[in-house]
Amino acid sequence: MAKPPSSPEALADRYGPHLNYVPPGGWQDESRNPPDKLVKTHCCFCGQQCGIQLKVRDNRVIGFEPWEDFPYNHGMLCPKGVKRYLQGNHPDRLLGPLMRAEDGFREASWDEALDYTVRRMREVQEKYGRDAVAVYGGASLTTEKAYLMGKFARVALGTRHIDYNGRLCMVSAGTAYKGALGVDRAPNPWSDIPKAEVVMVVGANVGECAPITTDYIWRARDNGAKLIVADPRFTPIARNANLFLPVRPGTDLALLMALLHVIIRDRLTDAEFIAAHTTGFEASAESVAPWDPRRAAEVTGVAPEAIERAAHWVGESRRAMIMHARGLEHQSKGVENCEAVVAIALATGNIGREGAGCVMITGQGNGQGGREHGQKCDQLPGMRSLTDPAARQHVAGVWGISPDELPGPGYTAVEIMNAIHSGEIKALLSICFNPLVSLPEAQYTREALERLEFFGVIDFFLSETAMHADVVLAGSLQEEEEGVTANVEGRVIHIQKAVDPPGNARADSQIICDLARRLGRGGHFPYREPREIFEELREASRGGIADYYGITYEKIDEQKGVFWPCPSLDHPGTPRLFEGGRFFHADGKAHFMKLEWRESGDPVDAEFPVYLTTGRVVSQYLSGTQTRRIGALVDQYPEPKLEIHPRLAEQHGIRNGDWVTITTRRSAITLQAMVVRTIRPDTVFIPYHWPRERSANRLTHRTLDPRSKIPEYKVSACRIAKAAGPPVNEGGRG
Amino acid sequence: MFGMEFYVDPSRCIGCQSCLKACEECETHRGVSMINFDFVDRQETIATAAYVCWHCENPTCAQVCPADAIKKYEDGVVGSSLKPRCIACSNCVLACPFGIPKVVPEYEQMMKCDMCYDRTSAGKRPMCATVCPSQALAYVTPEAIAATRREKPVNTFRFGNQQIKTKVYMMAPAGSEAISIDVADYTWENENEVVAQAF
Repeated sequence: MAKPPSSPEALADRYGPHLNYVPPGGWQDESRNPPDKLVKTHCCFCGQQCGIQLKVRDNRVIGFEPWEDFPYNHGMLCPKGVKRYLQGNHPDRLLGPLMRAEDGFREASWDEALDYTVRRMREVQEKYGRDAVAVYGGASLTTEKAYLMGKFARVALGTRHIDYNGRLCMVSAGTAYKGALGVDRAPNPWSDIPKAEVVMVVGANVGECAPITTDYIWRARDNGAKLIVADPRFTPIARNANLFLPVRPGTDLALLMALLHVIIRDRLTDAEFIAAHTTGFEASAESVAPWDPRRAAEVTGVAPEAIERAAHWVGESRRAMIMHARGLEHQSKGVENCEAVVAIALATGNIGREGAGCVMITGQGNGQGGREHGQKCDQLPGMRSLTDPAARQHVAGVWGISPDELPGPGYTAVEIMNAIHSGEIKALLSICFNPLVSLPEAQYTREALERLEFFGVIDFFLSETAMHADVVLAGSLQEEEEGVTANVEGRVIHIQKAVDPPGNARADSQIICDLARRLGRGGHFPYREPREIFEELREASRGGIADYYGITYEKIDEQKGVFWPCPSLDHPGTPRLFEGGRFFHADGKAHFMKLEWRESGDPVDAEFPVYLTTGRVVSQYLSGTQTRRIGALVDQYPEPKLEIHPRLAEQHGIRNGDWVTITTRRSAITLQAMVVRTIRPDTVFIPYHWPRERSANRLTHRTLDPRSKIPEYKVSACRIAKAAGPPVNEGGRG
Repeated sequence: MFGMEFYVDPSRCIGCQSCLKACEECETHRGVSMINFDFVDRQETIATAAYVCWHCENPTCAQVCPADAIKKYEDGVVGSSLKPRCIACSNCVLACPFGIPKVVPEYEQMMKCDMCYDRTSAGKRPMCATVCPSQALAYVTPEAIAATRREKPVNTFRFGNQQIKTKVYMMAPAGSEAISIDVADYTWENENEVVAQAF
């Protein structure tokens, strides 16, 4: 039974989250003890992967210095980047393996912890079959680690169930782009954005979730570009929008279909481009024919005139960019939403050129690189398909096994939790994932975790999920192991090792290799350092869609990043995809998709009449395992608040600062109201970074997009009522 | 840094507070942020504004300081208070028309932005303007600003009868010459007389 071994209070006292405010040695220490070195590397948070220099002294990260020469962010950083250095040398840091004891966790030797982990996973597999063990990976891992997780699951454990928390992030756009364009990557380098005449941002809170991208959009505006923002909330970048489209949660598809409708109706399409470089336009056009602006207005709450205007601005421009993120993806029609964006870009010929394109904004640290090399349940390195016989042959060859030994596709992240809940999966090994905070319907996740016969976690802090573990293997922070990541642009960049893991903690890749050795598969995991993993990854990806063969650590340093695909050592990389209208499908063409409207999986009704949407704040990152431990970031936005429009608030007698209970078909939580005019009056918003009684994901539902299997975080139905006071603290912190 | 000037454009600000966090990382005042940051009125609008000391040509703070603790350097930067002299009387806090100086009780001293003197005097950009993701705070050459921005840099401010010229520029709508907060400055009648009569 994987219940936490002691009370939340006791675990919180020992393992946090505690708040770290001050660099090692105190604020005044640096003047007496200057850093030994500055390490040029990247921020660990978010897909922007900003260049940053870490100050290091005595094997500790003591501060940062902007890295102005790095071409993506030129020294710019958001508050998370500024304070990221405080996660090292943190009092909560796990300094060695932990094993579950009678009343908490006890320290264990590596031999004991690793032996126990392997013994228990083997027992489960012998008793219930190989697939009774699942593996969870994460999109904040370096690409080497992500590659290693895929290989470990399939070669060392022989399970088909490996998936990752990127399933909660980029998979809708990935599925859409792969289907329509043949490749899962943002097609344009960010330097294209200031060249655009029209920038449309739909379902992306750029100012808070991709802050550095703001500068690119403001520069487009400086150059005279028109900015269109579609969002249920007036996000920070909306303040300078030429056109703001206040779309109702879960109805973006209707808006996008109406845009395409007007573009086709008013002959703003690029007929020549469509004929020469695409297939399926007729069917796509037919599917949007019923979606005139009037009908879309009724569904979306956006004025028909505004839809007409947006369609004309995009359709009349030869340099339009449409940028989108989780707002479109976190829906049960997330893939269709993204396919609609692609269709607008294709129909207007706004793709494959400077300042023209549809652009997904990847969210997680290595959201791009982490989804390219085999950590996804149906995928092999190089963005190859696990069901493609030629791909299996190639990768099995690189791995020195028979293609028959490679398991088939397994479950996706949420499906794995479902199978744990139903008892089909009995054991879980998880790294870089905090599903108790990040998966929808948190109480279901808790029940599932409690049913595990064995739960092993690799992490650097004891996350809320790790509190349920039998064994916690103390792993490494991003700055404690060399590797690469791919940023939001598909630019492969070099993560430098700044310090060793502290105490008795170990590098993540070393832990995985140690486990593989104990599973009797050490011969397939002979790496002494990440560079050797990368060399193998280059071969494994060779000839694939995400071809890394021509990328080396040295080339990355020289060029300040290499955009994949990069098929040979003398190839400079590919900053912009689809130039000349060449797409990645076998026929070289882009494929229009038929678009079909569907209701949300949790529709509003008389009992639950208000839309609930969830998202992030600028000072926190994902499930908060790291950022809820950094004092300055917690102070900036300490508690989740309920954003609510004064009109809705008034109906319920709610004033700014009042406690409000939000109830959905799953559960209820109580938060303080933040009464603001910057949200639709039929919608409330809660940021999701917190656990337990403050967890937005107690309210969300488990409906998935049928193709991408992403949960519908952005649309739930709820009701609200003024509460007498704050909720009962369930123990624990942060 | 030679040839660089400081430009503030609140219309670009996204409220991320990166400047605030980065400021306290600076060598000379570690742990204390000198950035002035406001949510203008969060219930009504998303608008935020971050700004630094404007570094006046004739600094009011220095003029009213009874301890002669605030010095203007040759390059126009107005320093924070000198620790041995400052008596934390708050004269400067009350007198500054921009509301910049703050007395830090912990140090019994007024502290304010010195435009990262340790950095700018060594050829680096100030910390806040380096990290600012929206470049609402920018430290670049006048040529670069003229080439890239539509707004006009203005460094003349009128507060009633007090006209102030500053080292730091505010980005104002194209065509602006000075920034005035008094309606009288915009009225058709020759302003100050009329206003004086009204009182």
